[in-house]
Amino acid sequence: MTLGSVPPKFKVSIDRDQCMDCGRCIENCSYGVYRREGDKILIESRKCTACLRCVAMCPRDAINITEKPIDYRSHPVWTREAREDIINQARSGKIILSGMGNARDLPIIYDRLLLDACQVTNPSIDPLREPMELRTYIGKKPSKLKLRKTESGDVELETKLAPNLKLDTPIMIGHMSFGAISLNSQLSMAKAVAETGTFMGTGEGGLHKKLYPYQDHMIVQVASGRFGVNIDYLERGAAIEIKIGQGAKPGIGGHLPGEKVNEEVSKTRMIPLGSDAISPAPHHDIYSIEDLVQLIRSLKEATEWKKPVFVKIAAVHNVASIAAGIARSSADAVVIDGFRGGTGAAPKVFRDHVGIPIEAAIASVDQKLREQGVRNEISIIASGGIRNSADLAKSIALGADSVYIGTAALVALGCRVCGNCYRNLCPWGIATQRPDLVSRLDPEAGAAQVSNLIHGWTLELSELMGAAGINSIESLRGNRDRLRGYMLDEGMLKILDVKPAGA
Amino acid sequence: MKTVRIDAKDMHYTPLNQKIRAAVADGAEEIILDNVLGQRFIGDGVRGNTRIIINGVPGGDLGMFMSGPTCIIHGNAEHAPGNTMDSGMLVIHGSAGDAVAHSMRGGKVFVRNNIGYRGGIHMKQYEVDVRPVLVVGGTAHSFLGEYMAGGLVLVLGIGKEKSMTDRGIGSGIHGGEIIIRGEVDDYLLGVGAKKFEFTEADLERIAPIIKSFCEQFGYDPAEFLDTNYTRIGPASSRPFASKYVWE
Repeated sequence: MTLGSVPPKFKVSIDRDQCMDCGRCIENCSYGVYRREGDKILIESRKCTACLRCVAMCPRDAINITEKPIDYRSHPVWTREAREDIINQARSGKIILSGMGNARDLPIIYDRLLLDACQVTNPSIDPLREPMELRTYIGKKPSKLKLRKTESGDVELETKLAPNLKLDTPIMIGHMSFGAISLNSQLSMAKAVAETGTFMGTGEGGLHKKLYPYQDHMIVQVASGRFGVNIDYLERGAAIEIKIGQGAKPGIGGHLPGEKVNEEVSKTRMIPLGSDAISPAPHHDIYSIEDLVQLIRSLKEATEWKKPVFVKIAAVHNVASIAAGIARSSADAVVIDGFRGGTGAAPKVFRDHVGIPIEAAIASVDQKLREQGVRNEISIIASGGIRNSADLAKSIALGADSVYIGTAALVALGCRVCGNCYRNLCPWGIATQRPDLVSRLDPEAGAAQVSNLIHGWTLELSELMGAAGINSIESLRGNRDRLRGYMLDEGMLKILDVKPAGA
Repeated sequence: MKTVRIDAKDMHYTPLNQKIRAAVADGAEEIILDNVLGQRFIGDGVRGNTRIIINGVPGGDLGMFMSGPTCIIHGNAEHAPGNTMDSGMLVIHGSAGDAVAHSMRGGKVFVRNNIGYRGGIHMKQYEVDVRPVLVVGGTAHSFLGEYMAGGLVLVLGIGKEKSMTDRGIGSGIHGGEIIIRGEVDDYLLGVGAKKFEFTEADLERIAPIIKSFCEQFGYDPAEFLDTNYTRIGPASSRPFASKYVWE
């Protein structure tokens, strides 16, 4: 090989004065950076992914990790990444696989949107003293209500309501499958959503029997591989989600590598042990919008019209028209996954270059559905790069009913966003099926952390709403007057239907 | 035997399915549906051992997510009968449309005549005893057994000079097998599909299925119990294993 090696991504060093030689770094590093030789701990920096497990577990803060210890000649076009990708592909001739969400330094629209607050002319509300209504219903809403007076003089609702999910806070956890992540991760999140009165998705990995106690808080997914899908699974879920696309890799399917298909994964997905689990790019019974209607109705028929059915799509160029089609398809909610959405594994070129930002997608979908008078027919769930309660509040103000979080929930479990999820070596016990690694994640502790995160964001959302004089989530939804754009161009302001700061 | 008769004339599929479910819940062993004309989702998600006789032409997704029942269809079926079916049986006395037995995980689909495109697509097998089977008496259009991950597709080519003349057989197959009566031209095979020898042991394995099919439609099984078949399977169970490199 004439290419030689590329510089290591990280440089790991141990402050030997601080080090007490306990060996926790060796035990904790599943990538094999550390080893003991004689009385010394040796370091192989090249293997480091900066997952920071060793740093977190070192009792003496003796470990230091620096990124990009060796510089290339700086160049604005031929960046380090551009050069290294070429070298990688010159060696392999293959598709480059990557984990987590879009890693390009593109401007984040959320960071250029600012929220409003009351001053003098309208009073703000103190959520400590006054009720703050965050309850959110996901599903179809009737366009009008018909009421009837009974003989005893009571009023009864005549309109038949479609099934809705009742959320205590507009934060749900998105679909991350058993297989992509560990059972302990799913268990942690399931306990957390049950405690906080919200929901999480199963992903296309089936529903493990250990999750049955939380099934009333689980949204079961039906994706193109139909893994784990049978009538029992559909009936257990609180809602059903058809996955058409994913923000991290719009337009392509998924391949769970055979290495990750162990016995439990095989049983839960109902697929053979050790074989690749291939989800085709399209559902092969959906080749048109009419076929989507057919699949939605088949799920509703199977579950006797008792469950809301969601359709998840990646945010792509014509997302608004696609969502308008979905709104007419008997679906109860559309999930839009922006181009920053995470993944266990996706071709890098897709992760980094395909799809559009979630902020623009929410605004254009909400706008289109309102224009067409069908916004009540369908709820909007936004996902893909929601990092904090401000992103949440801005998403709702742009028109979403609720958000799905993914990476944020994993970070609450310990994830440090190293992006090596596809290697089955996650030292935090999250994106791995290796029993010794999975056991590092205690579902009770994990549940407390995720639940804390949801509580924290919910409190902040209440405060933000109170400060803006809003006491109900309905009054924030689609309320773009409470947003201002900062350093956004005119075209983007128009799409978002937001005024510039100062206007 | 407890039999329930339902006249499906001009009935929408939802009330029809409600009646079927009510009959199943009521312990009906046989349900006869008359005047079926295009109603979709018949037997969708229905459990149990009920026998459902369908007189007419059912609509798409017949027996979808079905778990147990046997449906005898006296007529043709629309697209995707047996879609994501778990267990049970569909016996179609006629032809069926596209994507027959799509993603089927268990049970049997027997079609007396022909099927459309993408028959047996993404059929999958989980355990040895949960093995989906699709048998076609006549022939199938392109992409038969596409993306197949398990189970058996058998095409008998009854009344045809050649059992298969459409291309793309087993395109992307990574599990299971497609067995076709007689010779299959190489150019009909899809990407990732490979021919294997059909042996006496294979015949022994599929003989019960051939007999069961013949019994349903009144054929003499002796006619089909020889080794004049072509067996097609995956070239690899990990078709994508060498496609990617880590970042």
